[in-house]
Amino acid sequence: MCISPRLGARSQKGQQPLIEWSIMRPRAFKITSLLAAAAIALTACSPAAPQAETKTLKVVYQKTDSFSALDSLFQSAKQEFEAAHQGVTVALEPVQANDDDYGTKLALALRSPSTAPDVFYEDTFKVRSDVDAGYLLKLDSHLEGWKDWEKFEEGAKAAGLGDDGGTYAVPLGTDTRAIWYNKKVLTAAGVSVPWEPRTWQDILDTARKIKASNPAVVPFNMYAGKATGEGTVMQSFYELLYGTGAELYDADAQRWVLGSQGFTDSLAFLKTLYDEKLAVSPAEALDANVWKKVFGEWLPQGKMAATVEGSYTPSFWQKGGSYEWPEYGQDMGVTAFPTQNGQAPGGVSMSGGWTLAVGAGTNDPQLAFDFLATALNQKNSLAFDIASSQIAVRKDVAADAAYQGANPFVKDVSKLVAVTHYRPATADYPRISAAVQEATEAVITGAKSPAQAAAEYDTAVKGIVGDAKTVVK
Amino acid sequence: MATTTSRRRPTVSRPLLRRRARLLPVLPAVLLLLVFLAGPVLWAFHASFTNAALTGRNARSPGWVGLENYQRLFTDPVLPLSLALTVVFVAGSAIVGQNLLGLAIAILMRRARRPVAAVVGTAVVAAWVLPEIVAAFAAYAYFSRDGTLNQVLGSVGLGQPDWLYSFPMVAIMLANIWRGTAFSMLVYRAAIDDVPGEVTEAALMDGASGWQRLAYVTLPMIRGSIATNLMLITLQTLAVFTLIWVMTAGGPANASTTLPVLAYQEAFKFGDIGYGTAVASVLILIGLVFGAAYVRLLREPKQ
Repeated sequence: MCISPRLGARSQKGQQPLIEWSIMRPRAFKITSLLAAAAIALTACSPAAPQAETKTLKVVYQKTDSFSALDSLFQSAKQEFEAAHQGVTVALEPVQANDDDYGTKLALALRSPSTAPDVFYEDTFKVRSDVDAGYLLKLDSHLEGWKDWEKFEEGAKAAGLGDDGGTYAVPLGTDTRAIWYNKKVLTAAGVSVPWEPRTWQDILDTARKIKASNPAVVPFNMYAGKATGEGTVMQSFYELLYGTGAELYDADAQRWVLGSQGFTDSLAFLKTLYDEKLAVSPAEALDANVWKKVFGEWLPQGKMAATVEGSYTPSFWQKGGSYEWPEYGQDMGVTAFPTQNGQAPGGVSMSGGWTLAVGAGTNDPQLAFDFLATALNQKNSLAFDIASSQIAVRKDVAADAAYQGANPFVKDVSKLVAVTHYRPATADYPRISAAVQEATEAVITGAKSPAQAAAEYDTAVKGIVGDAKTVVK
Repeated sequence: MATTTSRRRPTVSRPLLRRRARLLPVLPAVLLLLVFLAGPVLWAFHASFTNAALTGRNARSPGWVGLENYQRLFTDPVLPLSLALTVVFVAGSAIVGQNLLGLAIAILMRRARRPVAAVVGTAVVAAWVLPEIVAAFAAYAYFSRDGTLNQVLGSVGLGQPDWLYSFPMVAIMLANIWRGTAFSMLVYRAAIDDVPGEVTEAALMDGASGWQRLAYVTLPMIRGSIATNLMLITLQTLAVFTLIWVMTAGGPANASTTLPVLAYQEAFKFGDIGYGTAVASVLILIGLVFGAAYVRLLREPKQ
């Protein structure tokens, strides 16, 4: 709370006249004196003026019990930066929350100039809508003078673009999604490894075989429902949808796609998985913590044969990860998620990733950008990409031997960049994504058939963006 | 001072002034209420007529959209479900659950031996003392699939349903009863202690049975406390959010999405502050209706 000596002094002085006025003059004066008292209290509460000598940079980012790589990155960048800039203090403010809650907390902080951070961790799919909201500083003029900028992959740079073509955020790393399978469980069921399913049918055939050989094992898990949030769409539904040839959003026409057969087929595939008990039970799927069990218990203990997860998967199992599993390198295998009928390009992946951005209201844009540049220099990027199993976006990091040898799967998951897709990063997207999640939830719980759920999704999308911004394909 | 006053406002009489001066000590409280209670309520009400958002173009320059949010809300298929769930939650866990259980415990404790009363009182109050988030996690751990309840049920050979998935409303209502009963119990204990012993004794002499004494003597005499208690627990339960959010997050498939959960989802998960505050405004109105009803109940002349 804002208890300052000033407040005490003023209210003592102010008290006497306040009483006299109210006795002497009625209502109108009482109100003015009230307002005056309120004004005094409020001004006393406002933050003290910054002192000229010391500057403070406020840095906001996410930190959880299973994700501390970013915290290490900022700790190291803070040391480096403070040593190079006398009189500058970097105030690190980690937010302990999951992705959804972190996004909400960050947006709330960005709404008001007095709470907005100078540098922050920003999800790629929120960049465009946050640029629209005026939260992000345009970095073009700063990037021109930054020699490291040319070391970033061209494709990755696109993640930081706003609708006006300017760059507003610098990527930290990216990711892809693939099928992760436990070789021991597959071999025990008589499936030969390496396993490379070519079609959806291949997945079902193998999963049924595993189920028949050992009913206690979860053969093939894919997330569904609202509890796993973006995980449901990024690590499950979109792999299906984009593998049918359909898409969520027609980026050229800027319209949301409705009524596609691919959408219904994708829901039907999830329904088959859950109805035949090839995936976890619907009740387990609707627990927001289900992914912790996938990484921490089921795959390491051989209770699950395969799941669809991100390229960052090894970060949980490697040394220092939250679910250390020394044998994961030998026991696990990775393969691309197939297209529906094996059509070109033969695999599907989804990519997201996070960036660092500078707040639009920062007092010292150059200083804030310099800190961002320090945090993303070769040394810090390398350490972060290794610790959190990110796919490097800096060429000098990608070429580094330490990065390439960080885990046995770097090559496999990096290859998937060729078949990857990105989410439509519009301001409506979070709501559309929620409608997709709702459709998957309705299907796996048996509340609706795939066709009904798809029809309901179409209605929901029309309600969200309006008929004019949709197209039936 | 007095001369100045009479010169400027000769029409204002001294007793009136004194009465006004007497209001001064409550000014700080009124000020606080205005700033921290009326302010946010008015702000929310205002925001519900705009398309204010957490991100995107509308975050920069929210526009006035009139009744659009309310039109959307009243055609939203989730609203009737959410309203029904809210009513079931409040009626089941507050008006029936906490209220009756609290009254029953308060009455029984007067007859119980001292150590029994102390143990029961501590157990009940313990749930009330816990911070809401801690109580919510405890309830989640109790009702979850591998939780305490299912372990107990399993050890005596009964079925182990997934409470939070199959019976989400039952689980959150039981959790809310567990957490809130202490309040009703304390209110009723204090009220019953105030019922004069002579009145009860007189009824006893007239041959009234235990139930009759309760129905015709005790309850009418603590009527005011009942109304106050009902009002407080109703409003408190209407606003319960943490408990539900931690236990079920409104799921599965919106089966436990009460109005506060709906408002949170709309405002913060989807970033649509305008729509979220419209839901919140409806919630405030419902609270007002309940509040007004209970105030009426309090004011009715005693028989």
